[in-house]
Amino acid sequence: MKALKLCVPVFAGLLLAGCGGDDNDVMLETPTPPAAEEIMLKVTAVNLTNGQPLSPIGIALHKEGQFWQIGEAASAELETLAEGGDNSGLLGLDVVMMSSSAAAPLAPGASQELMLTTESLEDYKLSVITMMVNTNDGFTGLNAMDVSNLAEGDSISMRTHAYDAGTEENTEAQGTIPGPADGGEGFNSAREDMDKVAMHPGVVGNEDGLSSSVLDSTHKFDNPLMMVTITRMK
Amino acid sequence: MNKATSALITGLTLMAGGTAMAADVEVKITNLTQGIYFTPLLVAAHSSDAHLYQIGSKASEQLQAMAEGGDISGLADVLSGIDASAAANPAEGLLAPTAFTMAMVESSETNSTLSIVAMILPTNDGFVGLDAWPIPTEAGTYHIYLNAYDAGTEANNELVVDGSGAPGSLGIPASPGMAPGAQGSGVTSEETNMMVHIHRGNLGDDEATGGKSDLHNTVHRWLNPVAKVTVTVK
Repeated sequence: MKALKLCVPVFAGLLLAGCGGDDNDVMLETPTPPAAEEIMLKVTAVNLTNGQPLSPIGIALHKEGQFWQIGEAASAELETLAEGGDNSGLLGLDVVMMSSSAAAPLAPGASQELMLTTESLEDYKLSVITMMVNTNDGFTGLNAMDVSNLAEGDSISMRTHAYDAGTEENTEAQGTIPGPADGGEGFNSAREDMDKVAMHPGVVGNEDGLSSSVLDSTHKFDNPLMMVTITRMK
Repeated sequence: MNKATSALITGLTLMAGGTAMAADVEVKITNLTQGIYFTPLLVAAHSSDAHLYQIGSKASEQLQAMAEGGDISGLADVLSGIDASAAANPAEGLLAPTAFTMAMVESSETNSTLSIVAMILPTNDGFVGLDAWPIPTEAGTYHIYLNAYDAGTEANNELVVDGSGAPGSLGIPASPGMAPGAQGSGVTSEETNMMVHIHRGNLGDDEATGGKSDLHNTVHRWLNPVAKVTVTVK
Protein backbone atom coordinates (compact mmCIF):
# COMPACT_ATOMS: atom_id res chain seq x y z
CA MET A 1 0.00 0.00 0.00
CA LYS A 2 2.87 2.31 0.68
CA ALA A 3 4.10 1.90 -2.87
CA LEU A 4 0.66 2.64 -4.25
CA LYS A 5 0.31 5.82 -2.27
CA LEU A 6 3.62 6.98 -3.66
CA CYS A 7 2.63 6.16 -7.23
CA VAL A 8 -0.65 7.98 -7.31
CA PRO A 9 0.71 11.50 -6.84
CA VAL A 10 3.46 10.81 -9.38
CA PHE A 11 0.99 9.77 -12.07
CA ALA A 12 -1.39 12.55 -11.13
CA GLY A 13 1.41 15.03 -11.50
CA LEU A 14 2.31 13.77 -14.95
CA LEU A 15 -1.28 13.84 -16.11
CA LEU A 16 -1.72 17.34 -14.88
CA ALA A 17 1.44 18.43 -16.61
CA GLY A 18 0.25 16.80 -19.82
CA CYS A 19 -3.24 18.26 -19.71
CA GLY A 20 -2.14 21.67 -18.61
CA GLY A 21 0.53 22.12 -21.25
CA ASP A 22 -0.13 23.89 -24.57
CA ASP A 23 2.17 21.55 -26.41
CA ASN A 24 0.42 18.40 -27.65
CA ASP A 25 3.77 16.61 -27.87
CA VAL A 26 3.76 16.23 -24.14
CA MET A 27 1.10 13.60 -24.42
CA LEU A 28 3.40 11.48 -26.59
CA GLU A 29 5.89 11.01 -23.77
CA THR A 30 5.15 7.75 -22.07
CA PRO A 31 5.53 8.19 -18.33
CA THR A 32 8.08 5.72 -17.00
CA PRO A 33 6.57 3.55 -14.31
CA PRO A 34 8.62 3.82 -11.09
CA ALA A 35 9.22 0.07 -11.05
CA ALA A 36 11.26 0.28 -14.28
CA GLU A 37 13.78 2.60 -12.63
CA GLU A 38 15.02 -0.19 -10.42
CA ILE A 39 18.69 -0.94 -11.02
CA MET A 40 19.78 -4.52 -10.54
CA LEU A 41 23.39 -5.64 -10.13
CA LYS A 42 24.47 -9.25 -10.39
CA VAL A 43 27.75 -10.13 -8.71
CA THR A 44 29.30 -13.46 -9.67
CA ALA A 45 32.24 -14.78 -7.64
CA VAL A 46 34.41 -17.76 -8.60
CA ASN A 47 36.74 -19.33 -6.04
CA LEU A 48 40.05 -19.74 -7.91
CA THR A 49 42.00 -21.40 -5.10
CA ASN A 50 42.95 -25.04 -4.86
CA GLY A 51 42.02 -25.68 -1.24
CA GLN A 52 40.67 -22.55 0.44
CA PRO A 53 36.91 -22.52 0.89
CA LEU A 54 35.71 -18.92 1.07
CA SER A 55 33.39 -17.86 3.89
CA PRO A 56 29.91 -16.73 2.75
CA ILE A 57 30.56 -13.92 0.26
CA GLY A 58 29.28 -10.53 1.36
CA ILE A 59 28.59 -7.69 -1.05
CA ALA A 60 27.71 -4.10 -0.19
CA LEU A 61 26.85 -0.84 -1.92
CA HIS A 62 28.06 2.28 -0.16
CA LYS A 63 29.04 5.87 -0.94
CA GLU A 64 31.66 6.36 1.72
CA GLY A 65 34.24 4.37 3.60
CA GLN A 66 36.52 1.45 2.83
CA PHE A 67 36.40 -2.04 4.28
CA TRP A 68 40.18 -2.02 4.69
CA GLN A 69 43.27 0.12 4.08
CA ILE A 70 46.78 -1.24 3.67
CA GLY A 71 48.97 -0.09 6.56
CA GLU A 72 46.03 0.77 8.80
CA ALA A 73 44.69 -1.33 11.68
CA ALA A 74 41.71 -3.50 10.78
CA SER A 75 38.32 -2.41 12.11
CA ALA A 76 36.69 -4.73 14.65
CA GLU A 77 34.22 -5.68 11.90
CA LEU A 78 37.04 -6.61 9.49
CA GLU A 79 38.82 -8.56 12.22
CA THR A 80 35.60 -10.51 12.83
CA LEU A 81 35.37 -11.36 9.13
CA ALA A 82 39.05 -12.16 8.64
CA GLU A 83 39.42 -14.39 11.70
CA GLY A 84 36.06 -16.12 11.70
CA GLY A 85 34.38 -15.57 8.32
CA ASP A 86 31.43 -13.62 9.79
CA ASN A 87 30.55 -10.78 7.39
CA SER A 88 27.58 -9.41 9.38
CA GLY A 89 29.59 -6.67 11.05
CA LEU A 90 30.95 -5.24 7.81
CA LEU A 91 27.61 -5.52 6.00
CA GLY A 92 25.96 -3.85 8.98
CA LEU A 93 28.20 -0.78 8.97
CA ASP A 94 26.32 2.54 8.93
CA VAL A 95 27.78 3.50 5.55
CA VAL A 96 26.37 0.38 3.86
CA MET A 97 23.16 1.23 1.97
CA MET A 98 22.41 -2.16 0.41
CA SER A 99 23.97 -5.55 1.02
CA SER A 100 23.62 -9.24 0.39
CA SER A 101 25.32 -12.33 1.74
CA ALA A 102 25.63 -15.87 0.49
CA ALA A 103 24.08 -18.49 2.75
CA ALA A 104 27.01 -20.90 2.66
CA PRO A 105 30.77 -20.94 2.06
CA LEU A 106 32.05 -21.09 -1.54
CA ALA A 107 34.05 -24.23 -2.29
CA PRO A 108 37.25 -24.16 -4.39
CA GLY A 109 36.28 -24.11 -8.09
CA ALA A 110 32.68 -23.19 -7.34
CA SER A 111 30.73 -20.08 -8.38
CA GLN A 112 28.17 -17.95 -6.58
CA GLU A 113 25.71 -15.32 -7.81
CA LEU A 114 24.41 -12.53 -5.61
CA MET A 115 21.96 -9.75 -6.56
CA LEU A 116 21.51 -6.19 -5.34
CA THR A 117 18.77 -3.75 -6.31
CA THR A 118 18.90 0.01 -5.92
CA GLU A 119 17.13 3.02 -7.40
CA SER A 120 20.32 4.90 -8.27
CA LEU A 121 24.01 4.17 -8.72
CA GLU A 122 25.12 7.78 -8.33
CA ASP A 123 28.28 7.93 -6.20
CA TYR A 124 27.92 4.26 -5.35
CA LYS A 125 30.81 1.93 -4.68
CA LEU A 126 30.71 -1.83 -4.44
CA SER A 127 32.65 -3.88 -1.93
CA VAL A 128 32.98 -7.66 -1.87
CA ILE A 129 34.41 -9.45 1.16
CA THR A 130 35.23 -13.02 2.21
CA MET A 131 37.71 -14.97 4.36
CA MET A 132 39.99 -17.77 3.19
CA VAL A 133 38.83 -20.04 5.98
CA ASN A 134 41.93 -22.26 6.08
CA THR A 135 44.05 -19.30 7.23
CA ASN A 136 44.47 -17.46 10.52
CA ASP A 137 43.21 -14.07 9.33
CA GLY A 138 43.40 -14.02 5.53
CA PHE A 139 40.74 -12.35 3.44
CA THR A 140 40.05 -11.30 -0.14
CA GLY A 141 37.60 -9.07 -1.93
CA LEU A 142 37.03 -5.76 -3.65
CA ASN A 143 37.34 -2.54 -1.73
CA ALA A 144 34.99 0.31 -2.73
CA MET A 145 35.02 -0.23 -6.51
CA ASP A 146 33.35 2.68 -8.30
CA VAL A 147 30.27 1.29 -10.10
CA SER A 148 28.49 4.61 -10.65
CA ASN A 149 29.22 4.62 -14.41
CA LEU A 150 27.97 1.11 -15.03
CA ALA A 151 25.34 1.26 -17.79
CA GLU A 152 22.57 -1.27 -18.30
CA GLY A 153 24.05 -4.43 -19.80
CA ASP A 154 27.61 -3.47 -18.83
CA SER A 155 29.81 -6.01 -17.18
CA ILE A 156 33.20 -5.68 -15.49
CA SER A 157 35.38 -8.54 -14.38
CA MET A 158 38.15 -8.35 -11.80
CA ARG A 159 40.54 -10.65 -9.96
CA THR A 160 41.03 -10.23 -6.23
CA HIS A 161 44.19 -10.52 -4.16
CA ALA A 162 44.94 -12.06 -0.79
CA TYR A 163 45.21 -9.78 2.25
CA ASP A 164 46.19 -10.39 5.85
CA ALA A 165 44.18 -8.52 8.48
CA GLY A 166 47.25 -8.38 10.71
CA THR A 167 45.13 -9.10 13.76
CA GLU A 168 46.22 -12.70 14.42
CA GLU A 169 49.64 -14.27 14.01
CA ASN A 170 49.93 -16.71 11.14
CA THR A 171 50.86 -19.62 13.37
CA GLU A 172 48.73 -22.10 11.37
CA ALA A 173 48.65 -23.94 14.71
CA GLN A 174 46.03 -26.46 15.72
CA GLY A 175 43.00 -24.74 17.17
CA THR A 176 43.60 -21.37 15.51
CA ILE A 177 42.07 -21.87 12.07
CA PRO A 178 38.26 -22.03 11.70
CA GLY A 179 38.17 -23.80 8.32
CA PRO A 180 37.80 -27.55 7.71
CA ALA A 181 41.58 -28.06 7.81
CA ASP A 182 41.42 -27.44 11.55
CA GLY A 183 37.99 -26.57 12.93
CA GLY A 184 39.65 -24.26 15.41
CA GLU A 185 38.88 -20.87 16.84
CA GLY A 186 37.48 -18.07 14.73
CA PHE A 187 37.27 -14.55 16.10
CA ASN A 188 39.34 -13.57 19.10
CA SER A 189 39.48 -9.91 20.09
CA ALA A 190 43.17 -10.06 21.06
CA ARG A 191 45.42 -8.39 18.50
CA GLU A 192 48.87 -9.45 17.39
CA ASP A 193 51.70 -6.90 17.49
CA MET A 194 51.64 -6.12 13.78
CA ASP A 195 48.02 -4.92 13.78
CA LYS A 196 48.11 -3.55 10.24
CA VAL A 197 46.43 -4.78 7.08
CA ALA A 198 48.93 -5.95 4.43
CA MET A 199 49.09 -8.24 1.44
CA HIS A 200 49.02 -11.88 2.55
CA PRO A 201 52.40 -13.68 2.52
CA GLY A 202 50.74 -17.03 1.75
CA VAL A 203 50.44 -20.09 3.95
CA VAL A 204 53.48 -22.26 4.72
CA GLY A 205 52.09 -25.65 5.76
CA ASN A 206 53.59 -28.71 7.42
CA GLU A 207 55.14 -29.99 4.18
CA ASP A 208 57.10 -26.81 3.66
CA GLY A 209 59.06 -26.41 6.89
CA LEU A 210 56.42 -25.32 9.42
CA SER A 211 56.09 -28.63 11.25
CA SER A 212 53.53 -27.29 13.74
CA SER A 213 51.12 -26.22 10.97
CA VAL A 214 47.76 -27.95 10.51
CA LEU A 215 47.86 -26.93 6.84
CA ASP A 216 49.51 -28.86 4.00
CA SER A 217 50.51 -28.17 0.41
CA THR A 218 46.92 -28.40 -0.84
CA HIS A 219 46.06 -25.24 1.13
CA LYS A 220 48.69 -23.12 -0.56
CA PHE A 221 47.53 -20.32 -2.83
CA ASP A 222 48.87 -17.67 -5.15
CA ASN A 223 47.15 -14.52 -6.38
CA PRO A 224 44.54 -14.01 -7.65
CA LEU A 225 42.08 -15.72 -5.29
CA MET A 226 38.72 -14.92 -6.78
CA MET A 227 37.22 -13.72 -10.04
CA VAL A 228 34.40 -11.24 -9.53
CA THR A 229 32.13 -10.19 -12.38
CA ILE A 230 29.73 -7.30 -11.82
CA THR A 231 26.88 -7.07 -14.32
CA ARG A 232 24.21 -4.40 -14.40
CA MET A 233 21.18 -6.44 -15.40
CA LYS A 234 18.78 -3.47 -15.56
CA MET B 1 57.28 -9.78 -55.06
CA ASN B 2 56.59 -7.90 -58.28
CA LYS B 3 54.70 -4.64 -58.48
CA ALA B 4 51.55 -6.13 -59.92
CA THR B 5 51.19 -8.64 -57.07
CA SER B 6 51.96 -5.99 -54.53
CA ALA B 7 49.28 -3.71 -55.91
CA LEU B 8 46.78 -6.55 -55.93
CA ILE B 9 47.49 -7.37 -52.29
CA THR B 10 47.25 -3.72 -51.33
CA GLY B 11 43.90 -3.53 -53.07
CA LEU B 12 42.63 -6.59 -51.26
CA THR B 13 43.83 -5.26 -47.94
CA LEU B 14 42.05 -2.00 -48.48
CA MET B 15 38.84 -3.80 -49.36
CA ALA B 16 39.14 -6.02 -46.34
CA GLY B 17 40.06 -3.06 -44.14
CA GLY B 18 36.94 -1.24 -45.19
CA THR B 19 34.62 -4.03 -44.15
CA ALA B 20 36.27 -6.37 -41.69
CA MET B 21 38.79 -4.22 -39.76
CA ALA B 22 41.49 -6.83 -40.26
CA ALA B 23 44.78 -6.06 -38.54
CA ASP B 24 48.10 -7.79 -38.12
CA VAL B 25 48.69 -8.44 -34.45
CA GLU B 26 52.21 -9.06 -33.18
CA VAL B 27 52.35 -10.97 -29.91
CA LYS B 28 55.55 -11.03 -27.84
CA ILE B 29 55.51 -13.52 -24.99
CA THR B 30 58.15 -13.37 -22.26
CA ASN B 31 58.63 -16.12 -19.69
CA LEU B 32 59.02 -14.14 -16.46
CA THR B 33 59.90 -17.05 -14.22
CA GLN B 34 63.29 -17.98 -12.83
CA GLY B 35 63.14 -21.74 -13.26
CA ILE B 36 59.98 -22.77 -15.12
CA TYR B 37 59.82 -23.67 -18.84
CA PHE B 38 56.92 -23.19 -21.26
CA THR B 39 56.21 -26.04 -23.69
CA PRO B 40 55.06 -25.11 -27.25
CA LEU B 41 52.79 -22.08 -27.12
CA LEU B 42 49.49 -21.74 -28.94
CA VAL B 43 48.51 -18.17 -29.80
CA ALA B 44 45.22 -17.38 -31.55
CA ALA B 45 42.87 -14.60 -32.56
CA HIS B 46 39.39 -16.12 -32.52
CA SER B 47 35.70 -15.35 -32.14
CA SER B 48 34.76 -13.84 -28.79
CA ASP B 49 32.42 -16.68 -27.84
CA ALA B 50 35.20 -19.29 -28.03
CA HIS B 51 37.43 -20.25 -25.11
CA LEU B 52 40.45 -22.57 -24.87
CA TYR B 53 39.75 -22.69 -21.14
CA GLN B 54 37.61 -20.89 -18.58
CA ILE B 55 38.51 -20.54 -14.93
CA GLY B 56 35.95 -22.17 -12.68
CA SER B 57 34.98 -24.62 -15.45
CA LYS B 58 36.13 -28.14 -16.27
CA ALA B 59 39.01 -28.49 -18.74
CA SER B 60 38.21 -29.88 -22.19
CA GLU B 61 40.05 -33.06 -23.22
CA GLN B 62 42.12 -30.94 -25.64
CA LEU B 63 43.12 -28.60 -22.81
CA GLN B 64 43.95 -31.60 -20.63
CA ALA B 65 46.29 -32.95 -23.33
CA MET B 66 48.02 -29.57 -23.48
CA ALA B 67 48.27 -29.12 -19.70
CA GLU B 68 49.45 -32.64 -18.88
CA GLY B 69 51.75 -33.25 -21.82
CA GLY B 70 52.26 -30.04 -23.77
CA ASP B 71 50.35 -31.38 -26.79
CA ILE B 72 48.66 -28.40 -28.49
CA SER B 73 47.44 -30.31 -31.57
CA GLY B 74 43.94 -30.90 -30.22
CA LEU B 75 43.41 -27.24 -29.35
CA ALA B 76 44.91 -26.22 -32.72
CA ASP B 77 42.35 -28.45 -34.47
CA VAL B 78 39.53 -26.81 -32.53
CA LEU B 79 40.84 -23.38 -33.55
CA SER B 80 41.12 -24.25 -37.23
CA GLY B 81 37.56 -25.61 -37.06
CA ILE B 82 36.30 -22.17 -36.09
CA ASP B 83 38.45 -20.30 -38.65
CA ALA B 84 40.68 -18.74 -36.03
CA SER B 85 44.01 -17.12 -36.91
CA ALA B 86 46.46 -19.23 -34.93
CA ALA B 87 50.23 -19.45 -34.45
CA ALA B 88 51.40 -22.79 -33.09
CA ASN B 89 54.78 -23.25 -31.41
CA PRO B 90 56.33 -19.86 -32.25
CA ALA B 91 59.35 -20.59 -30.01
CA GLU B 92 59.95 -23.88 -31.89
CA GLY B 93 60.20 -25.86 -28.68
CA LEU B 94 60.62 -24.84 -25.07
CA LEU B 95 60.58 -21.22 -23.97
CA ALA B 96 63.23 -20.99 -21.27
CA PRO B 97 63.05 -18.82 -18.14
CA THR B 98 63.34 -15.09 -19.03
CA ALA B 99 63.35 -15.87 -22.78
CA PHE B 100 60.82 -14.40 -25.20
CA THR B 101 59.24 -15.37 -28.50
CA MET B 102 57.22 -13.56 -31.16
CA ALA B 103 54.03 -14.73 -32.86
CA MET B 104 51.90 -13.11 -35.55
CA VAL B 105 48.15 -13.52 -35.85
CA GLU B 106 45.49 -11.54 -37.67
CA SER B 107 42.51 -10.04 -35.96
CA SER B 108 39.26 -9.33 -37.78
CA GLU B 109 35.70 -8.38 -37.03
CA THR B 110 34.98 -12.01 -36.19
CA ASN B 111 38.37 -13.06 -34.77
CA SER B 112 38.34 -10.26 -32.22
CA THR B 113 39.80 -11.89 -29.11
CA LEU B 114 43.23 -13.27 -28.25
CA SER B 115 44.01 -16.47 -26.36
CA ILE B 116 47.36 -18.00 -25.39
CA VAL B 117 48.17 -21.31 -23.69
CA ALA B 118 51.24 -23.42 -22.95
CA MET B 119 52.03 -26.08 -20.38
CA ILE B 120 54.54 -25.08 -17.73
CA LEU B 121 57.31 -27.51 -16.76
CA PRO B 122 57.95 -29.09 -14.39
CA THR B 123 54.32 -29.38 -13.25
CA ASN B 124 51.70 -32.12 -13.46
CA ASP B 125 48.99 -30.13 -15.22
CA GLY B 126 49.98 -26.49 -14.91
CA PHE B 127 49.70 -24.03 -17.75
CA VAL B 128 50.10 -20.35 -18.52
CA GLY B 129 47.02 -18.83 -20.07
CA LEU B 130 45.20 -15.88 -21.55
CA ASP B 131 41.47 -16.39 -22.10
CA ALA B 132 39.72 -14.42 -24.88
CA TRP B 133 41.28 -11.00 -24.33
CA PRO B 134 39.47 -8.40 -26.48
CA ILE B 135 41.96 -7.19 -29.10
CA PRO B 136 41.83 -3.40 -29.31
CA THR B 137 40.79 -2.07 -32.71
CA GLU B 138 43.03 0.95 -32.24
CA ALA B 139 46.60 0.47 -33.45
CA GLY B 140 49.08 0.53 -30.60
CA THR B 141 51.08 -1.48 -28.08
CA TYR B 142 49.39 -3.15 -25.13
CA HIS B 143 50.79 -5.09 -22.15
CA ILE B 144 49.19 -8.02 -20.34
CA TYR B 145 50.50 -10.14 -17.46
CA LEU B 146 49.50 -13.80 -17.30
CA ASN B 147 48.97 -16.17 -14.39
CA ALA B 148 49.71 -19.87 -13.97
CA TYR B 149 46.69 -22.16 -13.86
CA ASP B 150 46.06 -25.73 -12.79
CA ALA B 151 43.88 -27.65 -15.26
CA GLY B 152 42.34 -29.63 -12.39
CA THR B 153 42.79 -32.89 -14.30
CA GLU B 154 45.76 -34.52 -12.55
CA ALA B 155 46.94 -34.84 -8.95
CA ASN B 156 50.02 -32.69 -8.32
CA ASN B 157 52.19 -35.57 -7.15
CA GLU B 158 55.36 -33.81 -8.38
CA LEU B 159 57.01 -37.05 -9.51
CA VAL B 160 58.94 -36.92 -12.79
CA VAL B 161 57.99 -39.97 -14.85
CA ASP B 162 59.16 -40.58 -18.42
CA GLY B 163 56.25 -40.85 -20.82
CA SER B 164 53.67 -39.48 -18.36
CA GLY B 165 52.57 -36.69 -20.69
CA ALA B 166 49.54 -38.58 -21.99
CA PRO B 167 46.20 -37.51 -20.49
CA GLY B 168 45.43 -39.59 -17.43
CA SER B 169 49.02 -40.79 -17.03
CA LEU B 170 50.11 -39.60 -13.57
CA GLY B 171 53.41 -37.76 -13.37
CA ILE B 172 55.44 -34.88 -14.75
CA PRO B 173 56.75 -35.80 -18.22
CA ALA B 174 60.01 -33.84 -18.02
CA SER B 175 62.03 -31.42 -15.96
CA PRO B 176 64.07 -29.24 -18.32
CA GLY B 177 66.85 -27.13 -16.88
CA MET B 178 67.89 -28.38 -13.47
CA ALA B 179 67.77 -32.15 -13.23
CA PRO B 180 64.98 -33.34 -10.96
CA GLY B 181 65.36 -35.36 -7.77
CA ALA B 182 64.47 -39.03 -7.75
CA GLN B 183 62.45 -41.57 -5.82
CA GLY B 184 60.07 -39.12 -4.21
CA SER B 185 57.06 -40.65 -2.49
CA GLY B 186 54.57 -38.24 -4.07
CA VAL B 187 53.12 -35.01 -2.68
CA THR B 188 49.48 -36.03 -3.10
CA SER B 189 47.41 -38.57 -4.97
CA GLU B 190 44.27 -36.46 -5.14
CA GLU B 191 43.10 -33.55 -7.24
CA THR B 192 40.40 -31.98 -5.09
CA ASN B 193 39.60 -28.93 -7.23
CA MET B 194 38.67 -30.37 -10.63
CA MET B 195 37.91 -27.01 -12.22
CA VAL B 196 40.51 -24.86 -13.92
CA HIS B 197 41.93 -22.75 -11.07
CA ILE B 198 44.93 -20.66 -10.05
CA HIS B 199 47.90 -22.99 -9.55
CA ARG B 200 48.89 -23.19 -5.90
CA GLY B 201 52.54 -23.59 -6.92
CA ASN B 202 54.97 -26.44 -6.65
CA LEU B 203 56.02 -27.67 -3.23
CA GLY B 204 59.34 -29.35 -4.01
CA ASP B 205 61.77 -30.47 -1.32
CA ASP B 206 65.49 -30.30 -0.59
CA GLU B 207 66.26 -33.99 -1.02
CA ALA B 208 67.89 -35.16 -4.28
CA THR B 209 66.78 -38.69 -3.51
CA GLY B 210 63.59 -39.48 -1.64
CA GLY B 211 61.40 -36.92 0.05
CA LYS B 212 57.89 -36.29 -1.22
CA SER B 213 58.67 -34.39 -4.41
CA ASP B 214 61.11 -34.86 -7.27
CA LEU B 215 61.19 -31.08 -7.67
CA HIS B 216 63.50 -28.65 -5.90
CA ASN B 217 61.95 -26.25 -3.43
CA THR B 218 64.44 -23.48 -4.19
CA VAL B 219 64.27 -23.76 -7.99
CA HIS B 220 60.91 -25.02 -9.22
CA ARG B 221 58.67 -22.39 -7.68
CA TRP B 222 57.07 -19.22 -8.97
CA LEU B 223 54.65 -16.47 -8.06
CA ASN B 224 52.17 -14.88 -10.44
CA PRO B 225 52.51 -13.34 -12.93
CA VAL B 226 54.52 -15.89 -14.92
CA ALA B 227 54.43 -14.27 -18.37
CA LYS B 228 54.34 -10.83 -19.91
CA VAL B 229 52.57 -10.38 -23.21
CA THR B 230 53.18 -7.34 -25.40
CA VAL B 231 50.54 -7.03 -28.09
CA THR B 232 51.16 -4.68 -31.00
CA VAL B 233 48.12 -3.99 -33.16
CA LYS B 234 49.44 -2.74 -36.50
